Amino acid sequence: MDHITFLVAVVIVTALAFDFTNGFHDTANAMATSIATGALKPRTAVLVSGVLNIVGAFLSTEVAKTISGGIVDDTLVSPAMIFAGLVGAILWNLLTWLLGLPSSSSHALFGGLIGAVWVGAGSHGVHFDKVVEKVLIPAVASPVVAGVAALIATYCAYRLTARARRGSVTKGFRLGQIASASLVSLAHGTNDAQKTMGIITLTLISAGALGHDAGPPVWVIASAGLAIGLGTYIGGWRIIRTMGKGLTEIQSPQGFAAETASTTVILASAHLGFALSTTQVASGSILGAGLGRRLAEVRWGVAGRMVAAWLITLPAAALVGGVSASAVKHGGDLGTVVVALVGAALAAGIVLLSRRNPVHANNVNDAHEVTIRTEPPAPVGTAA
Amino acid sequence: MSLDWNALGQVTAVSIGVTVAVVVVFALGVLGLARHEGARDEADGASALGTAQAALCFLACAAVVAYGIWLIVPRFH
Repeated sequence: MDHITFLVAVVIVTALAFDFTNGFHDTANAMATSIATGALKPRTAVLVSGVLNIVGAFLSTEVAKTISGGIVDDTLVSPAMIFAGLVGAILWNLLTWLLGLPSSSSHALFGGLIGAVWVGAGSHGVHFDKVVEKVLIPAVASPVVAGVAALIATYCAYRLTARARRGSVTKGFRLGQIASASLVSLAHGTNDAQKTMGIITLTLISAGALGHDAGPPVWVIASAGLAIGLGTYIGGWRIIRTMGKGLTEIQSPQGFAAETASTTVILASAHLGFALSTTQVASGSILGAGLGRRLAEVRWGVAGRMVAAWLITLPAAALVGGVSASAVKHGGDLGTVVVALVGAALAAGIVLLSRRNPVHANNVNDAHEVTIRTEPPAPVGTAA
Repeated sequence: MSLDWNALGQVTAVSIGVTVAVVVVFALGVLGLARHEGARDEADGASALGTAQAALCFLACAAVVAYGIWLIVPRFH
């Protein structure tokens, strides 16, 4: 493998690191409500989700032929820009995780790439009309659609089962939740692991290690699947807490309605070619399910912070991607090493900060707030 | 920029329709289950009816899940 240069190797490692953060950032999409309602024990939930993500990665071999779906000009993209974009995406994913905010990993990746290409190749490399069409409109429409679907479904579920035995109803919907959450995990594995495989494959093609139109080698499929599965299994407990407890108090009929809405929206849009963010769909569903049950409290403050994070995800990741791209562009291999080291240091710092007030499998359901300080209930969001 | 309002409308209609349908059918299944468990505790004759209702509804939901898996795996298309 003499085609694998230093830069290509760095890109592959960074892509797998992004895949890992993608996994633990998005565990909550499938499993937060199941964990909150007790349908699955926390450890079991992340294990099921992780395994299904790996299975999903192997199920689909239809790798996206473009890195970005036309948002940036793929012919102008160099491995250095991909690396810079990935660094932006990883850092943004880690920061939002620290704050317990469910933000879109796909938007982070797009943002990072846009920033890197803008700096590396000029603004003509970014197709802004595609950004509106493929990112902004689905981002606005999909959570609303999922929310409305979950709202109506939740209302119907409570109306129908109002006079039935509480115990039987709760148990029944919990079982249903396991199935619907598993389906979300499977769909996530096929979609998101594909992105990393696409990135690694296209990098290898651009480096000449693979022929044009080559599919991903087995080691790429396996490592991307494992990275996302492992990330999912580690579990982004801070985000799970926000989605399962923070937005609203979830009961099992609501959890089932929310997960069914998420699954349907994801599959319907994928089938019709809409790219959307699993995270935003799942958050929309949960809010809808909260509104659909009378007396359920929806914490609009948390929802507002989450939407704010959605809005700044793309520009923030673009900024980091752009800065990294300029370092790599002007500094060559040395610049790459510096960016990698600074990125790793920032990532380690964020992980250390999270240790001050850790959220894990044993305490994920104990509170609804994710705080950074050790002093008890300090409001989150001050650092954002 | 060409936005396909038709496709967006389709996604909206399909998503809301399927979600509500699945949850309603599942809720009916849960009702059957509750009736079965209630009848069992009171030694009532409605137990079998409840079981049948639950089985039918859950089977319908399982079919939707199978279709979902079919959609996820491109090799099946």
